Amino acid sequence: METLRLIIVAVGGQGNLLASKVLGEAALLAAIPVRMSEIHGMAQRGGVVESAIVFGEAQSNIISDGEADILLGFEPAETLRALNKCNRETAVITNLSPVPPFTVAIGKGTYPDLARIQDLIRAKTRQLIAFDAVALAKAAGSVMALNIVLLGALLQTGRLPITAEQLETAIRTKTKKAFVDTNLKAFRLGYEAAERAARSA
Amino acid sequence: MHKLLIDEPGAERLLLGNEAIARGALEAGVAFATTYPGTPSSEISLNLFQVSQQSDLYFEYSTNEKVALEVAAGAANAGLRTMCMMKHVGLNVAADPLMTLAYVGVRGGMVILSADDPNMFSSQNEQDNRYYAKMSGLPMLEPSSVQEALEMTAYAFELSEQLHEPVILRTTTRINHSSAFVHLGPLRKPVAKGRFNKDPFNYVTVPAVSRRLHVKLLENMAKAAEISENSAYNTVTGNGRLGIVCNGVSFNYVRDAVNELGIAERANILRVGMSNPLPTDKIKQYLNGCEKVLVVEEGEPFMEEAVKAFAQEAGLTLKIQGKGEGLFSRLYEFDPAMVRRIVAGYFGVADIPKEKLDLSDVPEIPARPPNLCAGCSHRATFYAVKKAAEGLDAIYPNDIGCYTLGFLPPLSMGDFVICMGSSVSSACGFSKATDQKVVAFIGDSTFFHSGLTGLVNAVHNNHNFTLVILDNGTTAMTGHQPHPGVDMDALNMAGYHRISIEAVVRAVGVSHVTIVKPFKIKKSIEAIREALAFKGVSVIISQEICTLYARSLGSLKPRAFQVSDRCTNHRDCINELACPAFYLEGERVRIDADACVGCAVCAQICPENAIVPVKSA
Repeated sequence: METLRLIIVAVGGQGNLLASKVLGEAALLAAIPVRMSEIHGMAQRGGVVESAIVFGEAQSNIISDGEADILLGFEPAETLRALNKCNRETAVITNLSPVPPFTVAIGKGTYPDLARIQDLIRAKTRQLIAFDAVALAKAAGSVMALNIVLLGALLQTGRLPITAEQLETAIRTKTKKAFVDTNLKAFRLGYEAAERAARSA
Repeated sequence: MHKLLIDEPGAERLLLGNEAIARGALEAGVAFATTYPGTPSSEISLNLFQVSQQSDLYFEYSTNEKVALEVAAGAANAGLRTMCMMKHVGLNVAADPLMTLAYVGVRGGMVILSADDPNMFSSQNEQDNRYYAKMSGLPMLEPSSVQEALEMTAYAFELSEQLHEPVILRTTTRINHSSAFVHLGPLRKPVAKGRFNKDPFNYVTVPAVSRRLHVKLLENMAKAAEISENSAYNTVTGNGRLGIVCNGVSFNYVRDAVNELGIAERANILRVGMSNPLPTDKIKQYLNGCEKVLVVEEGEPFMEEAVKAFAQEAGLTLKIQGKGEGLFSRLYEFDPAMVRRIVAGYFGVADIPKEKLDLSDVPEIPARPPNLCAGCSHRATFYAVKKAAEGLDAIYPNDIGCYTLGFLPPLSMGDFVICMGSSVSSACGFSKATDQKVVAFIGDSTFFHSGLTGLVNAVHNNHNFTLVILDNGTTAMTGHQPHPGVDMDALNMAGYHRISIEAVVRAVGVSHVTIVKPFKIKKSIEAIREALAFKGVSVIISQEICTLYARSLGSLKPRAFQVSDRCTNHRDCINELACPAFYLEGERVRIDADACVGCAVCAQICPENAIVPVKSA
């Protein structure tokens, strides 16, 4: 297969690393080579967590500026910040529920306007799928399922060399037993949300 | 059972680089492992720590890297397979034993893991530890992938026993913190007990012995050079005339670059996996087949300078370059597109860059600087010291840990940091060289690591400063590892002794020692004021458990606070503490009840007493 480069950005605590792990396990089921790297930064202290996931034959496990095929953002301002990783052909998926940086929370910075964020991304890239993934995670049973909602949306793009069955199997085997039902529901809700977003785009 | 203890040869598992290294050690039958935790190496030791609780492996968190290496040196010379792991700057601390251990050598295989951190994702410098191999005369291996990290770790033990020398396994963050599918090999049962055979004329490094041992080291290096010539880790790929010499993760970027540029047929890639000693003859022969050569290595021109020297010896005049204007930098880490662009430019082929987006119209996005956690005891201590020192011309040497973040506004309590333990010793210098008041900060784990000797120095030489020991009961920054001051009984771990920081401080002769509970702000400020007024060395021990650690132990009983209507918007809480539990709702200060743990520091400093506990429903 052609190499596919995926960047995931999130704020510490949003479950990005588990999402990468589930994707990796699904890639094994699909017999697709995968390499990943993570920069945790000061994740537990409110920092940004960035994962690079490279599917296919390429040997590198990090992704240069402008070279991501897909950008998956768990937080809208972080998605916007990661646009330097994108090019005109990049597909972007983002959660629209903000986690304001501390400076914004205490009135010493301005959070970018959500509509503006979407307009900018849409104008610069091939595709934007944006929705409130936190609301869907709650609907699935837990705000913690945010990561799996977004994996559902990611799979719906059809760009990953992985089937829904393979990803669901990875969710069953690699997420906590008590959360499997919630996560499977979250996966479907995310998938459907991306379908709706794609139709209305 | 721990996942790394499952014997499933041939199985394919998704492993973090650091897990693969730990697994490689277990497949080699490692019996003895020591460390001081440091990113990006910490998960190796964390996994071995867990494994040791379910197997014959002996593991310890040693007080610092020098101690860790010396402990390991004893075990290896009793015949055990031994591993000692640390971050790159840790090897500076362990450099003293390293240099002479190379003379003495080892009986059981010993692997010293140095995790380098190009780009300084979590380090104070980006030094290139390949030079330690050269300086000590020890063999060095450098993996390029997670699979190779496992295999090389296992092989390093064999190589060590073959040469009777420790082997340095050098990784970079992008190996330690990358994940891939790895084929597992069989586990090997460790030989857990050894015996030391006395041989003082080979083990006691008095000058007459060392003169002989240095000869032996050179002989071992010559053997290592032969091994390097034929090493399966020093590989040439391709038959072309465009030479590229590379190591570590750069090998991956180079392979992608030549494929994407369509010059794979014309390229000739030498990947150096055993980089000390370098395979001299192999490299000379390789150079002979190239028309020009590019050396692709992060960090310093370690291979570049050697390769140029080999070319001179071989009478070759081909162009060899690596670092320089328009080529590679000594700074930071490489990335695939950078390597592709420089390879393309050097060999005169067209690059195929992806067109980057014009981002000039993207509004400024507020940064997410790291912050001390909500309810972090360090914030309370910094605030109390700041208040106690009001009006004084004070400087604040700080140290390495979460509390380094105290240097950021609004706390601004950190003026000088260079390495572990430097807060105490640099305070000695500042206090003698200036008339400024000096208040140094050091964490509990860092105090045991290398603060003690500085404190002894301060007392002996009669320096004049206050040392604040931030005792949060764990090594917080690297993931809550224990240290000698930790109560291991509370962790249900038997067989340890707890060292009292207070007793140690008093024992070295500090007469003014005060213990404060930093969440009691007024009392803390008073105690610190007294310590600051003391002439000589005074010590404040500020005791309060790390709130993240308490949460993970299940001992945290959060009791959230809220801002009542009495608030008149002084905003001292936000402006002086900047706890991340605060936010604004319109113009009103609010507290995020999910984030607040109830340290009540803000409640104590509010001039209107407007911050009160959330009433339980």
